[in-house]
Amino acid sequence: MLETLILLVCGSILVSGVLAVVLNNLMAAMVSAGLASLFAAASYVLLAAPDVAMAEAAIGSGLATLIFLYAIRKTGGDVTDE
Amino acid sequence: MRRLFILFVVAGFGVIFAGLVAGYSERQTLSALATFYLTEVPADLGAANVVTGILISFRGFDTLGEVAVLFMVAASVGVILASEPGDKPHLMSAMGGKGQGPSELVRNGAEVVLPLIFLFGIYVIMNGHLSAGGGFQGGAVVASGVMLMMLAYPTGPLHHGFLSITETLAGVFYVCIGILGMVFAGGFLDSHILPLGDFGTLVSAGAIPLISILLGIKVGAELSVIIDRFRN
Repeated sequence: MLETLILLVCGSILVSGVLAVVLNNLMAAMVSAGLASLFAAASYVLLAAPDVAMAEAAIGSGLATLIFLYAIRKTGGDVTDE
Repeated sequence: MRRLFILFVVAGFGVIFAGLVAGYSERQTLSALATFYLTEVPADLGAANVVTGILISFRGFDTLGEVAVLFMVAASVGVILASEPGDKPHLMSAMGGKGQGPSELVRNGAEVVLPLIFLFGIYVIMNGHLSAGGGFQGGAVVASGVMLMMLAYPTGPLHHGFLSITETLAGVFYVCIGILGMVFAGGFLDSHILPLGDFGTLVSAGAIPLISILLGIKVGAELSVIIDRFRN
């Protein structure tokens, strides 16, 4: 049961990571990268490391995503990446 | 040609990692170091959470180094993104520009959620020696609350100077406690300068809660400074 759950979460990390690379819309790609971070945090909880998970959820999927979004807006590349 | 080279590199990594994965087997017994930590942290330091005990006491100097790295990041982001002293772009771009302030949804949501986020961050910091969490994690949670606050109130009450001073003071007190440990206890950042107290209560584990609070304030303020730099 637990192993299936871990595999599912790790698969989600992979899928959202690939989406972050493939998507043309920069905003969507960045949100997808944040999602990968969030799934990574979930996998840490499943692997019994809640301390690390907390830092990953707050920094990886919260602060880092926001900083990238600010950077995207500042550089004016908010639509697509040609 | 270039693609072939990249494929070759990826295949090489695949071979290396396949070897690692194939040779992995879960440990059935704890290593000597892990056993030492698991018995010594609750007995000697009085901290129920072994991870925080290690991070703040045994590896306290490493944690100080980590915070110093974070400080350098904040400083270098400030150097790179520093705006000219003459112009004031941040208020203009936040209020004017395309004429979009924070939406009603963000503002009302922030009013409901912000106190909860800050409360949770403070709880994680204060209970670092008892349950999962600690100064670093709690500081990150507080910083994400500050981030929401900056999004919801672009002209809000948070000033860059206030954050910098808070961060600096927390760092100074952190090092002072470290030096006190050298004078009154076994070494730099030794947590035995305060009595251990009852195991498992909020005020226990020597100086660990105090160091955890200072660490949380410092990390929270540092991350907030970085976000503030990007916003302006």
